[in-house]
Amino acid sequence: MPEKIESILQKYSRGQDELIPILQGVQKEFGYISLESVKKISRYLRITENQIYGVSSFYAQFRFTSPGRHLIKACRGTACHVRGAQRILEEVKKQLGITEGETTPDLEYSLETVACIGCCALAPCIMINEEVHGRLSDKGVANIFSKKGTEGESDDTN
Amino acid sequence: MTQTENTRTILICHGTGCVSSKSPEIRTALEKETQRLGITTKLTGCHGFCQQGPIVIVEPDGVFYTRVGVEDVTDIVNSHLQNNKPVGRLFYQDPTTGKRIQHYRDIPFYKMQQRLILRNCGHINPEEIDDYLAVGGYEALKKVLFEMTPEKVIENINISGLRGRGGAGFPTGRKWEICSKASGEEKYIICNADEGDPGAFMDRSILEADPHSVLEGMSIAAHTVGAKKGFIYVRAEYPLAVKRLEIAIAQARKKGFLGKDILGSGFDFDIEIFEGAGAFVCGEETALIESIEGRRGMPRHRPPFPVQSGLWGKPTLINNVKTLAYTPLIIVRGADWFSDIGTERSKGTAVFSITGKVANCGLVEVPMGTTLHEIIYGIGGGIPNRKKFKAVQTGGPSGGCLSEEFLGLPVDYESLTSAGSIMGSGGLVVMDEDTCIVDVAKYFLDFTQKESCGKCVPCRVGTRLMFEILDRITHGEGTAEDLLALRTLGDTIKKGALCGLGQTAPNPVLTTLRYFSNEYLEHIKEYRCRASVCKDLIEFKVIREKCTGCQSCVRICPTGAITGPRSKPHNIDASKCIKCRSCYEICRFDAIAGNAIVIRTVEKKS
Repeated sequence: MPEKIESILQKYSRGQDELIPILQGVQKEFGYISLESVKKISRYLRITENQIYGVSSFYAQFRFTSPGRHLIKACRGTACHVRGAQRILEEVKKQLGITEGETTPDLEYSLETVACIGCCALAPCIMINEEVHGRLSDKGVANIFSKKGTEGESDDTN
Repeated sequence: MTQTENTRTILICHGTGCVSSKSPEIRTALEKETQRLGITTKLTGCHGFCQQGPIVIVEPDGVFYTRVGVEDVTDIVNSHLQNNKPVGRLFYQDPTTGKRIQHYRDIPFYKMQQRLILRNCGHINPEEIDDYLAVGGYEALKKVLFEMTPEKVIENINISGLRGRGGAGFPTGRKWEICSKASGEEKYIICNADEGDPGAFMDRSILEADPHSVLEGMSIAAHTVGAKKGFIYVRAEYPLAVKRLEIAIAQARKKGFLGKDILGSGFDFDIEIFEGAGAFVCGEETALIESIEGRRGMPRHRPPFPVQSGLWGKPTLINNVKTLAYTPLIIVRGADWFSDIGTERSKGTAVFSITGKVANCGLVEVPMGTTLHEIIYGIGGGIPNRKKFKAVQTGGPSGGCLSEEFLGLPVDYESLTSAGSIMGSGGLVVMDEDTCIVDVAKYFLDFTQKESCGKCVPCRVGTRLMFEILDRITHGEGTAEDLLALRTLGDTIKKGALCGLGQTAPNPVLTTLRYFSNEYLEHIKEYRCRASVCKDLIEFKVIREKCTGCQSCVRICPTGAITGPRSKPHNIDASKCIKCRSCYEICRFDAIAGNAIVIRTVEKKS
C-alpha cells in the first residue's frame, strides 16, 4: 500500500490545488481515504493532516472507511422524491439489512444516498457502481438484488 | 425507396438514460445485422426524451423508435431495413390520444420545441469531432480568431442580449467586458458544469451529446477576454460526461482547435477538467474557485468579483455550460437573429429538464416567454393517470413552487422572480395531487440545510430551524405560530445569507406558504394530509364490504400486519402497519368499485 500511494502522488505536483485530485486518485485506487494516505499526502503537499481532513470531510465524495465491493447510490433528487424514492430506499435497506452510510458484513455492498444522479426522466433510480437502474418499484429493487446474488461476480472496477 | 436503403444511418442514443436501459447492447446487436446490409450505425448523445429510451432513429427516413429492446432488433432489420415496413409497435405513443406517431418531427414533444443549443444533441456522434465539424463546428472560432476583434465579439454578445444561464441571469456580454478590461496578464476561464440541482440534467446532456460546442464557446470566450487556460468544473456523479469531455478535448487538441498557436493564429488556449467532489454549494462561483484551489468549497465575500479577482487572485470568467454553448451560434448566425427570439428582456431560448409527475419527461428547449402551461401540457403531455395538477417547481431547491393559477405565466427571468420563484438552472418538477406540499417544502429544506457550507449564521442556523419546524408540522405537531416563524426566518435568511444558496434557500417554503397555505393549516389544525403522504397523519383501513379476501395484500405486506383467511375480509393490525402503501397499490378492486383499502385521516389524539 505505501508504495502505491507514493506512485499515485508522483503524478501530481506539490501544491494545495492538487489536494482534491490527489484525494480522488487515492480513493479511486483504495476505495477510501485511509489515515496512512492522509499522512503521506500531508508530507507530500506540506500541509497539515488537519487541513486535509477539513477538506476531505467537506465533500460528500470522500469516505474514510473501506466500502463494500459494490457501491449503491440511492438517488434522493426531487424527481425521484415525488415518484417515491423514499420507498425505494426503504426497500434497498430491507434487502441488504443496512442503512445509508453502512456496509454489509460480507463487504459486498455499501449504501449511500446522493443528491441527484441526473437520470430524472427514469425516476426513481439507483446507481450500482457506475450502472444506473431506473423506473424502479419495490419489486424492481428486489429483482436487482436477487439477480446479483445468483450472478455472483460483476465488475466493480468501473 | 430502394435507393435510400444503403444511405440509411441508424442513430442509437447513448445518453446516460438510454445507456442505463441497455442501448449499447442494442447497438451491438444492430451492428451485427446491419453490416451485411451496408448500413452504418452511429452512437449519439441524449435526445432529451429519456423517458422513452432506449431511442433508435433511422435516418433519412426520420423514423423514431422508442423503448427498443434487444429482442426488437430482428424486427427492425427484417421489416424496416429490408422490406421498408417500419415497425409500428415501436413508434411513440401519444399519451393523450393513444395514437402511434412514426416520425420524429411529428411528435408533440419535439414539434413544439425550438432547439438551438440542443440542435446537435442526438444527431451527431459526440465522440467524433468530424461529426461536429460536418455541422459547421468551430466555424465560429475561426471567425473570432481571424475576422473579429475582441471588442466586436463583446459588442455582438451584448446586442444578442444573452444572459447567464446558470440562474442569476447576469448579462453575459457585460461580464466578458469587465473581465477583458480587468488588469493582469494571466486570466482564467471556468465552465461551471457543477449541475447540483436535484431534478436537473440539462448541462449533463449537453456535455454528453455535444461537448465540442462547449469547448468552442470556451475558446471564443478565452480569446475575447485574453485567457490562456480554462477549467471545466464538472460533477463527479457524471462519469459519462467526463469521459466524453476527455475524448473531445483530446480530439480538439489533435486538430489544432486547442493548444498552442490555435489554427496558426498565435492564440494559445488549453482546457483542463476538474472533477467536483460532491458539494452542492460549489455551483456558487466563489465556492467553486475555492474548491479548485484545493480548499473547502465555501463562498467568498463579494466584491471583489471573480472577474476582477478570482482563481488564484487572477481575473476569472465563469460561465455556465449553456451560456457557453450559445456563443458559437450567436457568432455564426448573428446577434440580431438571437435577440429576435424570446421576450423583451430575456432573449433566446430556455432549456428545461421537465420531470416529476408528467407524461413526457425529458429535456426541452423553448423560446423564452413560453408559458408554463404550454411546456407542461403541450410538450410534457400533461399529468399521467388522470391525476390533478398541483404545483410546478422551477429553479431547483432554491426555486419556488407555483400553483395552478400560474400556469399562464410566461417563462422568463423577470416573470418567475415576480412570482417568488427563480429561473435557476432550469429544473422543472411537476407535482400532482399525490404530492404533499409541506412534505416537498421539508424535502427542499432538508437538502439545503445539509448542503449549507456553514460559513454564515443565517444559512447554517436558519435553514436548520426552518427544517425543524416543517418536520414538526408533517408529524402533526405544528402550531399556528409556526407559520409566522417560518415567514420571519425565511425573510431573515434571504436578506442575511452570504451567497446565493442561502439567499434562495427559503424560496420553496415562502412560495408554498403563499400559494398553498391551506395545506399547511390542514396539517396543523385539522391534523390532515390531503395527499396522504405524511405518515403520522394517516392510517390504512380495509373496507369490509368491498374486500373479497383475495389475499394479495396479505402476501405483499412486508410486516405481516394484514391477516385473514381467503374469501373473508382482511384485517389490518395498526400496531404492525408501517404505512408503506404496498397494500393500497396492490388492491385490485380499485378500478371496479373504489378501493377496498383506503387511506384516511387518523383521529386526532387529544
